[in-house]
Amino acid sequence: MAATDRIANAYHRLRRPVAIAALLSAAATLSAATLPEERVQAMYHSYDGGGVQVTGPALNARMNFGTQLSTTADYYVDSISAASVDVVTSASPYSEQRTEYGVGIEWLYGDALVSAGYANSDESDYEADTYSLGVSQDVFGGMTTVAMAYSHGDDVVSRVDTDFEDSIDRDNFLLGISQILTPRLLTALNYEAITEDGFLANPYRSARILGAQVPENYPRTRTSHAVAASGIYSHSRETSVRGSYRYFTDTWEIGAHTFELAYSHYINPKWIADIRARYYTQDAASFYSDNFDREYNYMARDKELSTFDSWSAGGSLSWDLARDLPLGLRQATVTMSYDYIRFNYDDFTDLRDGELYEFDSHVFQLFFSTWY
Amino acid sequence: MRIALLLAGLLAFTGCSSVEPWVMPYEREALADPIMLTSRMPLVDRHRQHVFEVREGARGASGLGVGGGCGCN
Repeated sequence: MAATDRIANAYHRLRRPVAIAALLSAAATLSAATLPEERVQAMYHSYDGGGVQVTGPALNARMNFGTQLSTTADYYVDSISAASVDVVTSASPYSEQRTEYGVGIEWLYGDALVSAGYANSDESDYEADTYSLGVSQDVFGGMTTVAMAYSHGDDVVSRVDTDFEDSIDRDNFLLGISQILTPRLLTALNYEAITEDGFLANPYRSARILGAQVPENYPRTRTSHAVAASGIYSHSRETSVRGSYRYFTDTWEIGAHTFELAYSHYINPKWIADIRARYYTQDAASFYSDNFDREYNYMARDKELSTFDSWSAGGSLSWDLARDLPLGLRQATVTMSYDYIRFNYDDFTDLRDGELYEFDSHVFQLFFSTWY
Repeated sequence: MRIALLLAGLLAFTGCSSVEPWVMPYEREALADPIMLTSRMPLVDRHRQHVFEVREGARGASGLGVGGGCGCN
């Protein structure tokens, strides 16, 4: 198939998925004027790093009713085997499973797409219910898409070995705008504020005072702000490049910067290769210390709240198998994806050897998607 | 000073209203190609986002949607 035909077909079939992303996620999109396409996605995922292994399946299915209503359902599993540096120095290795279910509905009204969703995440010591609403609207001749979303979460935190139980109330506010600047350049600006109220620590983790382990104590509120700017440029009919930057700050005085670059390329009309790189750096929370010199009101020794940076590099290979196999599918793709991640901590000590902690992670994903 | 700022704002506003879309729908073929999508594989991208968020202090504004809570520490 000629490149022009491929692009024309893609244009026809991809307007709908583009619209859905905007609806559910306030993501940067091209158009919100059509329903998402009916599609099934399946994935097997694997994470291995820092003594933690997480594997499991994920499924997503979408079905439309008429030209204005679309529904979606999600299923996701994390099977966790954990012997992380936190666990081996203050607790016992454990295994558990987290299961997440979600449902959503989208309603197309003119150039606006209105969405609502519900998700439940359940594991032995944590349950989360999340309710979300969103709307996206095309304006300015379809060159600009404005999206807003809100979600509320009710979480229950517990311990498996005691009767401890507490809660978290969470509110997320998103505002996104995407803008077509040229026939080859799409840009987006996203903002998200998150407020949390409740038990925000890990009930198992300990802080240290002069080397002695004591229970952590976190503030019961946290408000964060994140702003991200991104751009995708079509370098040629076969190649695109994308980049993004995110700034993050919160009331715990964590400041973080995230940089991402990616490159996508048609090897031929049936195969797409992606490569990507990411760099992340953050300052520690105001109440974090590797080893406190005395007792404070708030004390944390969570390495996610410490000063550290991480970098990652990865790639994906996608095969449009509907072009090769006589399966009767209109379109189907299989993708293999791998990412390497390196974490380097500036003020978190591995208590086993007294050295600053660092570790490598490997993320593998096998993904299948078909449209019907 | 305030009047000058007000006039500048009004001029900017009226200027915007006269700007026509400069990329017509028939010029957006390149933008609609799969490799130009914000997320070509939503399940894959959401999982990768989840891997980072549970190991970093920052969260949000990923362009992939509102996340739910989990005890993924």
